[in-house]
Amino acid sequence: MNRRPVFLITMLCFGFAFFYIPIISMMVYSFNGSRLATVWGGFSTKWYISLLSNRQVLKAVILSLEIAVLSATVATILGTMAGIAMARFKRFRGRTLFSGLVTAPLVMPEVITGIASLMLFILMAEYIGWPATRGFTTVTLAHITFSMVFVTTIVHSRLVQADEAIEEAAMDLGSRPWQVMKDITLPVISPAILSGWLLAFTISLDDVVITNFTTGPGTTTLPILIWSKVKLGVTPDINALATITVVIVGIGVFTAGWLLNRAEKRRELDIQLAYQANQ
Amino acid sequence: MSEPATNIGAKVAQFPRAAALAEKEPPFIRVEGVTKRFGSFTAVSSVNLEIRKGEIFSLLGGSGCGKTTLLRMLAGFEDPTEGRIFIDGQDMTDLPPYERPVNMMFQSYALFPHMTVEKNVAYGLKHMDMTASQRADRVREMLALVQLSDFSHRKPHQISGGQRQRVALARALAKQPKLLLLDEPLAALDKKLREATQFELMDIQDKTGTTFIVVTHDQEEAMTLSSRLAVMDKGRIMQTGTATEVYEYPNSKLVAGFIGSINFFEATIRDVRDDVATVDAPELGATVEARAIPGLSPGQPITLAIRPEKLTISRSKPEGPNAISGKVRDLAYFGKDSLYRIELPSGRVLSINSVNSRRVGENERVADWEDAVWLSFDPSSAILLKD
Repeated sequence: MNRRPVFLITMLCFGFAFFYIPIISMMVYSFNGSRLATVWGGFSTKWYISLLSNRQVLKAVILSLEIAVLSATVATILGTMAGIAMARFKRFRGRTLFSGLVTAPLVMPEVITGIASLMLFILMAEYIGWPATRGFTTVTLAHITFSMVFVTTIVHSRLVQADEAIEEAAMDLGSRPWQVMKDITLPVISPAILSGWLLAFTISLDDVVITNFTTGPGTTTLPILIWSKVKLGVTPDINALATITVVIVGIGVFTAGWLLNRAEKRRELDIQLAYQANQ
Repeated sequence: MSEPATNIGAKVAQFPRAAALAEKEPPFIRVEGVTKRFGSFTAVSSVNLEIRKGEIFSLLGGSGCGKTTLLRMLAGFEDPTEGRIFIDGQDMTDLPPYERPVNMMFQSYALFPHMTVEKNVAYGLKHMDMTASQRADRVREMLALVQLSDFSHRKPHQISGGQRQRVALARALAKQPKLLLLDEPLAALDKKLREATQFELMDIQDKTGTTFIVVTHDQEEAMTLSSRLAVMDKGRIMQTGTATEVYEYPNSKLVAGFIGSINFFEATIRDVRDDVATVDAPELGATVEARAIPGLSPGQPITLAIRPEKLTISRSKPEGPNAISGKVRDLAYFGKDSLYRIELPSGRVLSINSVNSRRVGENERVADWEDAVWLSFDPSSAILLKD
């Protein structure tokens, strides 16, 4: 029975190769000394240096980060509220419809969401005069709309696992509902809120489709910039730019995962120690 | 470990205060005609209860009998559909949980996972009019009461199940509630810890004088812990009384069968004279005498119930009115007592519990497999039940 599961290991290797060979080859070619993206011309970091002096790129990076932080924050607040409503208000009229409506954007094609957002913004500009032009505001609003659902899903699943009795216990000990929310519910679901924020942040950071529909002149996010540059041919500086993006997003996701994992590991270890001490 | 909890008389005597108060004061907690419906399902059906100050009162019943719903209505988590709840003369029916002088110990303990033991206990105090040092004193006092002073800076997941149970108790007692509700307080503990904790709970109740209402499905736990108990079934209270009253004088087949084990026989009343009824019990193959209950008339069908430990087993026919013959079909030796399963001529099988008060060898015991034996019981030990 000690035979290695050769089949599983092979499948795992294929899977990893499938996912990561494109990214790794892109990273390797970002250090290509040649001007031609597909011909190796020796190791060089010159594309990274040229990126740092490219104002257009730096502007796009900053804009992307601003939009990502703002939209992730608003989406987290709204998404958390929706998640709590879905998990805690068991019997309200139209609950199924509500949860259906909240989670529908998860499976909606991005193109549809993009067109719908665009239509809405055009109509709004026409009838109420706000937002007057498309740009930072409209992109941020659109990002909030479609990243909120991810936060809702994460918060909802965390709340469903949590023991509802702890909220009742707090109320039993004299806390009004808003105090229960502040003292008990929010601290308990804070890891879920944090990972929801990070997910919303990364989704906003690398979105092309919806941004493309809702952006206006002068508002060029990093993915849009890369997209428009690629239209003129893949150059090594795009590889370098993409590598930087991958590294930033990778560090963010890895850190969030590591933090959550460490908290969970420490908890398990404590439980074990408590049992041993009790023997 | 302490001695087994079987001596009911001694346990009742441990509540002198409750017994004394029962005579004088008006009830401390009054539940008047409380009904709770969830849609078309009736969870609790016109329940009336009166509980005295300082009692440990148990609500006993199987799952789905409505005991937890009743407890949650006392805590304020559910609103009664009908009826009112009074605590210490005040109408509590419409008050939310955070305005009631009632605290609850949850079955899952519901400790706040992100707070230390100390913070858990202190949580309820922040809404009270106290200085910081008074609060700290109260927390220290509570942790000392449950012997957890050394664990005040641990988080709930860093302590054992038994310790968590005590933190939950300390937290619920910290506000000095008029009434403490305990939802299956011992269910999550293992057997050994459960027995020790029972006595600890009684001790703490005695020290604080708080009125306890305990919900449990464990009849032994209810009998050991409580000064009085109520047996519930299908949302109704079937019988209320002390452990002795409910065990020795059950008022229905359901209560008799729920508390302890018992043998039931279909029978017919032949004659009633003073407090003794003569009963034809074809399944027993005899006409026997039993203590009469009010409202019996000759010819009336009735259930005769006898608890296994009230029967005496012997090889020769005993003196007296209630002698039944049978054959030993099964025999289980437990050391302090033995359980016999006796097959009667009618084919019915009856259980007998016999204390092994004399030391005898393997071949000298009262009866062995397939032996013909006689059973007898005192007329006052036989229970007559109308339903």
